[in-house]
Amino acid sequence: MKLARRLLIAVPYLWLFVLFLVPFGIVLKIALSDYALSIPPYAPQLDLAQGWAGIKAFFGALDFDNFVFLSTDDLYWKAYLSSVRIAAVSTLLALLVGFPIAYGMANAPEEWRPALMMAVILPFWTSFLIRVYAWMGILANEGLLNQLLLRLGVIGEPLTILNTNVAVYIGIVYTYLPFMVLPIYASLEKMDSRLIEAAFDLGADRRRALLRVILPLAAPGIAAGCILVFVPALGAYVTPELLGGGKSMMIGNLIQSQFGAARNWPFGAALGFALLALVLIAMTIYALRTQQNGNSR
Amino acid sequence: MSDIAQPAAKRRFRPLAGDPRHWPGVGFMAALFFGYVYLPIFILIALSFNKNELVTIWTGFSFDWYLKAVQNEAVLRAAWNSLLIATIASLCATALATLAAVRMARDRFAGQIAVNAMVALPLTVPEIVTAVSTLMFFSVVGITQGLTTVILAHTVFCIPFAYLPIRARLDGLDPKLAEAAGDLYANPRQAFRMITLPLMMPGIMSGAVLAFIISLDDFVTTFFVGGAGSTTLPVYIFGLIRVGVSPEVNAISSIMLMVSIALVSISLLLGRGHERSQR
Repeated sequence: MKLARRLLIAVPYLWLFVLFLVPFGIVLKIALSDYALSIPPYAPQLDLAQGWAGIKAFFGALDFDNFVFLSTDDLYWKAYLSSVRIAAVSTLLALLVGFPIAYGMANAPEEWRPALMMAVILPFWTSFLIRVYAWMGILANEGLLNQLLLRLGVIGEPLTILNTNVAVYIGIVYTYLPFMVLPIYASLEKMDSRLIEAAFDLGADRRRALLRVILPLAAPGIAAGCILVFVPALGAYVTPELLGGGKSMMIGNLIQSQFGAARNWPFGAALGFALLALVLIAMTIYALRTQQNGNSR
Repeated sequence: MSDIAQPAAKRRFRPLAGDPRHWPGVGFMAALFFGYVYLPIFILIALSFNKNELVTIWTGFSFDWYLKAVQNEAVLRAAWNSLLIATIASLCATALATLAAVRMARDRFAGQIAVNAMVALPLTVPEIVTAVSTLMFFSVVGITQGLTTVILAHTVFCIPFAYLPIRARLDGLDPKLAEAAGDLYANPRQAFRMITLPLMMPGIMSGAVLAFIISLDDFVTTFFVGGAGSTTLPVYIFGLIRVGVSPEVNAISSIMLMVSIALVSISLLLGRGHERSQR
């Protein structure tokens, strides 16, 4: 019986282990390999037929050339920096848009909250690709936004929004907004509104109450929301591809180009690994921060 | 509205700076927010009924693009692939997630953190990294890119989505029910099959539907891991979008949006039935 139970958990665990964790090991190996004109397009390949000599030759041929190239070539540095910048700006924008909504939801009459929650989550369950596509028709030069602004006489000639960073921001904030709203809502909902009343009684105006009482209390939710938006934004591929017109090169687009047109898998693997490292750094900072806050209380 | 609902005494002592529950501009922001979130979707659907070939210039109402879409051989093939992949992947993922959830909810054992982390990880790593690493994995193992690789890759990110509602449902169950079955001479297997499993069913169904939607709508993983014969609707749409905005894409997209919204409503209703039975 005990063994049977062990097996029960082993099946899903092994499934994820083989299909999720093992591939990352393979990525690392390929990232340390060299590009080759073969199928699959990298060298060395492990040749077990040669026994120990084969294994030795295999490990001898692995090197960090791809990572060295990555860190010395300007183009790639800039792509990483611009990815971090785009992800950070999008996260900030999502916070600015998401916070008031989360606050409004947390203070809405109780019977409205499930419906509001549903309204915030629902778009998340529709196709990401389609939601990005929806913006293409709105932001294009002859798109609806320009048509509207032209007709209202706000602008004399169409604005170029599509294929710029602005469009990428709009798209990323749009797709990841629920991830920002929900954790903030969760932390605000638990907040005791008497604390704000107390701040008011003690002479604080709204700005001070917000800065000194509400924001500190909502900090765990804000931190969680920021990490949940920042991480997927960092690895965005579809949004910069469709709304940025490939001009705003993000890491995701670079990775794709290595697997598509360039077919340089080792370099693509190195790019992917570097992205993973960035994500890990962001998550470690987040983990350390939340731990600190937990300790100080 | 809520002012009236509040007791009079509470209102009398309202501080000078105002009611903390009502901030100026929150209503306006909410309107703006929901406009931002929903207008693009409504516009997309509205434009799918546009007669004009130039999507954004309205000339009249028509169903033509829907007819064109459902008569398009390539669209139908892609839709079939999408349904096939989503069905198999979500069934596998739900079965695996159920196994994991039952074991995790029932007993304490070493390695539980490892299992939790393993289930949550696919949600935290950017999808493109998982997608390319899975692609390389299949190439090393020697499985040709196609339906099989896509289905296997989909199960990975479907498992967490199936796991969460099942686990939530299990955690909400009263352990006394299974104990009572034991008292009534059911062996553990019978207690599980006749008591726990039926009670878990809404969670399992809800998880399966969520996994199905996530698989149906997935683009990035399918795009990288898929091959020539495994074009799904999102991949097909992506190919068309690169050429430009077109009313036919709007029609196909609208159908997909409707399917997603219908399915997620079903899943939420199943979840809600669970809440009611708990009361």
